[in-house]
Amino acid sequence: MTGNATSHAWSSQQGAAALAAPSLAEKRRAFDWRILLGFLLPIAVALLWEAAVRFGLAQGRLVPPPSRIFAALWSLAETGELWTHVWTTLWRVLTGFIIGAVTGIVFGALSGSGETVRRLLDPTLQALRAIPSIAWVPLFILWLGIFEASKVALIAVGVFFPVYLGIAGAILSVDRKLVEVGHVFRLSRFKLAKRILLPAVLPEAVIALRSGLGLGFMFVVAAEFMGASEGLGYLLVDGQQMGKPDQILAAIIAFALLGKLADSLLVLLTKPLVRWQDTVRERL
Amino acid sequence: MLELEHLSKTYADGTRALSDINLSVRQAEIVSLIGGSGCGKTTLLRLIAGLDRSSAGAIRLDGELLSGPHPSVGIVFQEPRLLPWLSVFENIAFGLEHLGANERKARVEHALDKIGLSEHAKRWPRDLSGGQQQRVAIARAFVTNPTVLLLDEPFSALDAFTRASLHEHLLGLWEETRPTVVLVTHDVQEAVTLADRAVVMQPKPGRIFDELSLTLSRPRDKTGLAFENSVRRVLTALDHSLNPSQQQPQRERDRQAAALWW
Repeated sequence: MTGNATSHAWSSQQGAAALAAPSLAEKRRAFDWRILLGFLLPIAVALLWEAAVRFGLAQGRLVPPPSRIFAALWSLAETGELWTHVWTTLWRVLTGFIIGAVTGIVFGALSGSGETVRRLLDPTLQALRAIPSIAWVPLFILWLGIFEASKVALIAVGVFFPVYLGIAGAILSVDRKLVEVGHVFRLSRFKLAKRILLPAVLPEAVIALRSGLGLGFMFVVAAEFMGASEGLGYLLVDGQQMGKPDQILAAIIAFALLGKLADSLLVLLTKPLVRWQDTVRERL
Repeated sequence: MLELEHLSKTYADGTRALSDINLSVRQAEIVSLIGGSGCGKTTLLRLIAGLDRSSAGAIRLDGELLSGPHPSVGIVFQEPRLLPWLSVFENIAFGLEHLGANERKARVEHALDKIGLSEHAKRWPRDLSGGQQQRVAIARAFVTNPTVLLLDEPFSALDAFTRASLHEHLLGLWEETRPTVVLVTHDVQEAVTLADRAVVMQPKPGRIFDELSLTLSRPRDKTGLAFENSVRRVLTALDHSLNPSQQQPQRERDRQAAALWW
């Protein structure tokens, strides 16, 4: 009897706890285990392939099992070779990204802020955008040589267009109603840009920069394909020429990690600027 | 004294939004512009605010010709139009950049106190309800101490309870500096609650149909007979404004009837 009663007390207490809405802090602390669901498929495939190769069901020469890929990655890291490649690639992406992003922001702002300037600039830039960026490679090599300058230039071109389009579009889509608030308080053109236009375009500018950065990583591979002695792209080409698929896959994994890391860093750095946004992002 | 002289507005496509508006509003008077949709109420307000240019006519404030936004003219829009990246405090302080930090802080805090949102000073606009946001917008217009305050249907999107409480907040702020107020509304109750004078407008082209003075003592008792009668008078005038065939005799009779009521 008594046991029954206590268990009743327990369950009602638990029931009350479950009924009470969890506080925000609790919600944030609670780890959502469903995140792990996403890892299930790639890990299962990797384990199956590993097992298939171990038990002799597959050769694994062209598609190496995960253990061999990580061994390749590990040996590259141990000799320090990996870090030279990673730094070289990162340096190229960063320089190209900064040049492309800055010019993209400047031209985007010019084109977004004035009708006349837009009519002057935009058609030319749109025409240039229609050219596949890789098509510039031969010209860049002729102009800038086969070393760093041509590679950085290609990455900068790749970064420029999404940033330009994003910034110009963001400025054009700023809410007229908010601009009118600035007019009512008689803000000068400069003040209007600083106090209303700039903050209003920031969220879209961040998105433009992120897609620019993504393209930067795409173009660094293209740039390193066209003749490099260092960099993750070189590891890819080298792996192909030497018949080392494990090295190719190791470089691909390194690219994936670097790209994700750089993107997260950009999001983290720009987060304080767009904290005010009323979007679902924080709840997702 | 705010004077509108022969004010007209014709849009580029030939639409005549306003034609020959003549109106003068005394210092500290609350005038409500009332009329059906499309009769140019908002256009008139935007002309006074300097957001649009008139096609003909002049707007004078204490004799000074207005051409463009003026520091003594404040406006509250139909939507709050708060800047989402500024806190409530910074939003109210938006027009006070020229003041010293202490003066700015004092004015904003006083306004926050008046609208009852002191504890929300640091929050983002997105965290506020629609009524709270509109209170912030009203405070933003009031802190610059305008001599003319323009209100463009600022309460139209709110429910009746919120609207009634905002009327009180508005009158509370108005009492302090007693600016001239031009209130655009399509709500007769609202016009009678707030205004000293109702200006009934007529569409196509937008023009003034009639003016009715609402000389009820403040604070106004919304359940009293005098209030009811005023509402009826404005409604009658509105009815006639939309029914132009019999406008002239009706208008005269309405005047007489109004005189009898008092």
